[in-house]
Amino acid sequence: MIRLKINGVEDEVAAATVGELLARRGIEANARFVAVAVNGTVVRRDDWGEAPLHPGDAVEIVRPLQGG
Amino acid sequence: MSSDPFIIAGTALSSRLFVGSARYPSQQVMLDAMAASEPCMVTMSIRRISLEGYAGSLVDLLGDRYRILPNTAGCVTARDAILTAELAREALGTNWIKLELIGDRDLLYPDVEQLVHAADELVRKGFVVLPYCNEDPVACQKLADVGCAAVMPLGSLIGSGRGIANPAAIELVCNRSPVPVVLDAGIGTASDAVLAMELGCDAVMVDTAIAKAHDPVKMAAAMKAAVAAGRSARLAGRIPKKSFAEPSSPQLGLIAT
Repeated sequence: MIRLKINGVEDEVAAATVGELLARRGIEANARFVAVAVNGTVVRRDDWGEAPLHPGDAVEIVRPLQGG
Repeated sequence: MSSDPFIIAGTALSSRLFVGSARYPSQQVMLDAMAASEPCMVTMSIRRISLEGYAGSLVDLLGDRYRILPNTAGCVTARDAILTAELAREALGTNWIKLELIGDRDLLYPDVEQLVHAADELVRKGFVVLPYCNEDPVACQKLADVGCAAVMPLGSLIGSGRGIANPAAIELVCNRSPVPVVLDAGIGTASDAVLAMELGCDAVMVDTAIAKAHDPVKMAAAMKAAVAAGRSARLAGRIPKKSFAEPSSPQLGLIAT
C-alpha cells in the first residue's frame, strides 16, 4: 500500500503503477477521453501500464465535462 | 467552399458561432439546440473524474458531430491552466485550447498578466491557443504577439447577459487585431450577437444565453440567424451616423397649399 493524493484526496492504495491505480478505480485501460497527470506531468495513455507510482505522488485523473 | 470563409490557424470552420455545452435543462435540449445553432465549435471543460455530471458520455454524443474546444475554465494560475490544456490534449486528441485564466472569482475577469505568460508557453508547446481576454486592444495585441491563433474578448461578465458593455473597445480590438476576434461572454440575446458581428467580430461564443433561455432551441436558432445577419451587415457596410435628418423622399414636386 502506498499513500497518494488522488484528485486532491489522500488515500492508501495498493497500486504500483498508474494502470493499476486506474483499474482499482474502475477505469479500464481503454477508457476513452480520460487523461492522467502525476505530479503535474501528463502520463500518456500508452505509458499507464509502466508508469510507476511513489509514496506522496499527486495524481490527477480527469475527463471532459460540459463547459462554456 | 464558402465565399466568406472563417479561418483560424489555417482551419476553415463551418460557421461563425461557438457554443458552450453547460447549463442546459437536459441533454436532449442541448442536442436539439446545437442542431438548431449549427456551431463551428462546442466548448467543454476538463474536470476531475469523480465530479460526474449528467454528461456521462458527452464527448461520445458530441464528438462525431462537432469540433470540441476544451477550455481551462476556473484555472487561476498559469501552471494549472497549462496542465489542464495538456490533459485536454491527451483526453480529446486536440491541440486547440480555449485558454481561460481567472483573476477574480466573483467577476471571472481575466488575469491578463498570467494569461499572456500561459499563452506564450502553450504556443511553444504546440497548442492552438484561443484566449478569453479583456476587451483591451493592448492585451489582445500582446496575445497575438505571443502566437495566439485568435482572441476572445469579453462583451461583459461571463453569464451576466449584459451584452457588449463597451462597443467602442470591441470595435477597436476588431480594427487592430492581426488574428480573428471571437466575442466571448456576456451575450444575452440575439441583438447582442448581431452587434458583435457588426462591430467587426469574426465570430461569437454563446453559452448561457441559449442554455438558460425560456426556449433554448428557439434561442439557438435565433443566434444562428443573428450571427448571419450581423456578418452580412458588416460586409454590406453601414451608413455613417449623422447629426441631422436627411429626407428619404424626393424634395421636388412637393405640393404646397
